[in-house]
Amino acid sequence: MRAKFIIGGVVVAAAVVYLIVSSISSSAQYYLTVKELRGKGQAMAGRNLRVSGYVVGDSIAYTPQASSLSFDIVDTHEELSATTKVDTIKILYTGPKPDLLQHEAQAIAEGKLNPDGTFTANNLLLKCPTRYEDQLPTPTPSAK
Amino acid sequence: MVTDIGLIAVLLAFAAGIYSIVAAVYGAQSRRDDWVTSARNAALVVAPLLTLASLMIVYSNLVGNYRLEYTAHVSSRATPTALKITALWGGQNGSLLFWSWLMSVFAAGVMLRKWDKNRDLMPYVIAVTEVIQVFFLALVVLFANPFAKLWQTPTGDIVGAVFGASTLFATLSSIGLSGIAQTWFAPVGSLPFTPADGQGLAPLLRHPGMVAHPPFLYLGFVGFTIPYAFAMAALITGKTNDAWIRTTRRWTLMAWLFLGIGLLLGARWAYDVLGWGGYWGWDAVENAALMPWISGTAFLHSVMIQEKRGMLKIWNMFLIILTFAQVVLGTFITRTGVISSVHSFARSSIGVPFLVFTGVMLVGSVGLLLARLGDLKSENKLDSMLSRESAFIAQNALFLIINLAVAIGTYFPIFSELFANNKITVGPPYYDNVVGPLLAPLILLMGIAPLISWRAASPQALGRTALTIPGPVTLTAVVILFALGIRNPWALLGMTLIVYAGTIIVVEYVRGVRARHRSTGESWLAALWNLIGRNRRRYGGYLVHAGVVLMGVGVIGTHVYQLETQQALAVGQSLSIGDYQVTFRRLELVPSGQADKRIISARVDVSQGGKPLATMRPFQEQYTNGERMTPPALLGSMKEDLYVLLGGFESDGSLATFKVFINPLVNWLWLGGIVFILGTLVAAWPSATEERRALSVERGALSAAGVAR
Repeated sequence: MRAKFIIGGVVVAAAVVYLIVSSISSSAQYYLTVKELRGKGQAMAGRNLRVSGYVVGDSIAYTPQASSLSFDIVDTHEELSATTKVDTIKILYTGPKPDLLQHEAQAIAEGKLNPDGTFTANNLLLKCPTRYEDQLPTPTPSAK
Repeated sequence: MVTDIGLIAVLLAFAAGIYSIVAAVYGAQSRRDDWVTSARNAALVVAPLLTLASLMIVYSNLVGNYRLEYTAHVSSRATPTALKITALWGGQNGSLLFWSWLMSVFAAGVMLRKWDKNRDLMPYVIAVTEVIQVFFLALVVLFANPFAKLWQTPTGDIVGAVFGASTLFATLSSIGLSGIAQTWFAPVGSLPFTPADGQGLAPLLRHPGMVAHPPFLYLGFVGFTIPYAFAMAALITGKTNDAWIRTTRRWTLMAWLFLGIGLLLGARWAYDVLGWGGYWGWDAVENAALMPWISGTAFLHSVMIQEKRGMLKIWNMFLIILTFAQVVLGTFITRTGVISSVHSFARSSIGVPFLVFTGVMLVGSVGLLLARLGDLKSENKLDSMLSRESAFIAQNALFLIINLAVAIGTYFPIFSELFANNKITVGPPYYDNVVGPLLAPLILLMGIAPLISWRAASPQALGRTALTIPGPVTLTAVVILFALGIRNPWALLGMTLIVYAGTIIVVEYVRGVRARHRSTGESWLAALWNLIGRNRRRYGGYLVHAGVVLMGVGVIGTHVYQLETQQALAVGQSLSIGDYQVTFRRLELVPSGQADKRIISARVDVSQGGKPLATMRPFQEQYTNGERMTPPALLGSMKEDLYVLLGGFESDGSLATFKVFINPLVNWLWLGGIVFILGTLVAAWPSATEERRALSVERGALSAAGVAR
């Protein structure tokens, strides 16, 4: 009886391991920053990718009739106000414009890199703005 | 400032907790009862102290004291009063205080219980409970202090600090304690700062579901620390008989129930408010709360084997340690944003302390377990591969494999980033492919295990009960489904198993009621009531499984047969989905009742198969700080939900984009959730008969072992 237990256990374990490994490799997404994506270039074309960054408010363009959306993202918060040229990626998306899509929001786009360097997203996640580093409303200093 | 009372209360609670640990251990080692009593009182006093501290935060929110950093972050003039109160757990610092407060209330409940039966365990239960309590209080005091006030530094930055400007800021930062430095002090020359208004809670957090979801999750998390403390006390004292399990059985059940309710509320909130059409995204934070629930479910079942047959003792210890570790890790993942997720809070300095604490608790617990391995030998062996015991073991194995699979998917990004320098995440397809197939044998076991006898079941007898009625019923159901057009193999397999399990539950109830009716002559209804009343564990458990069956129907419907479409519509234009037509009529501005919120609603007419059905009003909330929310409009029935989202619109109201889903059978999920909760309450409800039965079992076991206490 012990032998049956062990053989059964090994078979089940093997099946589960196979299931996990094959599912990971088929659904794995590489999570990259804007710079990494530009750096790796076309090596990443065609793969399931996730790129995240801060939204450049001025770049948001949306055509409601076609539900087509495009916007640029940069890697860091500081780069949003940079005066010199920084690395950006243009995200293209078909769908309603997400509520949280605004300047400085953090966006995570899942999809594929196009040959022309733009990124077509089939899924867009907007992160709740991190509040703990934000500036508070207009200062009114008071003596205590 | 008045809120300083709260700060003092937290510091006193911290001191009381530390004293309690020391006094409890000393009292146990030197066999001095008075020290143990003192430790117990110290642990008790933490609860009112933290209640006071929490009330101070609520008070600060209510009066609009924006000098307090936390109030400025989570409250504002325009925030409704109810939300000002619940904002206590709306931000990181307050929610850690809230966790600590809930922990102190649970600990107080444990301290106040009758200890006559487990006198030996008491000192160590106190000690372990207070170690956990002190850890969370240490986080609050040192790193995430909600009593910090706002200051303006000489360079113009606004910072939060508990104590104010001091040279200690620079001193502590220079020796590497910048986390503590920034929490407690501000740079020299900083001046008090009071903003005119607060930021207010993020719009996403202002809905009823989001208000109730964290408390229930925390109740679940905190609840599991009690059985863990008892288990550790049992290992430390060597009193590893079943006393600790019997004593904590209700705590464990309630913690598990609260965690389950928290998960259900989170799913309902995601469905109702987040507006992506679903209820579970396998997000890291969702998984963080799910994993302890999975191992907790395994634990709930396997302790029955220990109580009945004295087996699986080591396994049960392992499970409670694993569940507790996953509770702490779950809090860690949610609070530190270590795995990027839609919910995560900003990265903060509490990450390393959490990891260290988890590591220490794990090493300590496993060490204790290994030391007491000899005491935990099974009293019985597995008699047959076909037995209730082996069914439970198989079920436990499946739960743990699912737990492991979810953990692999959730933690994968961390490891891939550490070792492969590539951050790889794993999305819903992974979980669907791995967890889905594992659920099938689990549902089958859920259905059939109650029919398998203990020790050794005869295949013939089992075959009879398992197939005579459930067989044809299931077959008929499947044929009907097939005839109705259900062809997807996964849906058919899932429904087969679900109908099978559900049928057995009904059969068990009918058998029980019939037997009672025959032997006592009671009416059917009275027989049913008394049947459940006198066997709450068993029939409550069946009810819980019935809830799972109903939820399974909902999951299959929404997973396999969801429909989705999206279109921009001009006024008067329609879109089609399934057999519905959705026509855009006009855009309306709706009064919101809140000064910082504007509601724009789209009026749409819905007809089905050409016949007018209803008018729906999906809307968008726009907040003055620029944030937006689009909750869906729902038209629901047991058959399906029509889920309509207002995606976007032209400001002149001429054009609006709609995203529409049909979610088949989704309301079976929520119905199943309610049955699940009811079933757990039935199973947990104290019953005089069962207490007496349990007591006589215990006495029998003790006298057999020849021990008097």
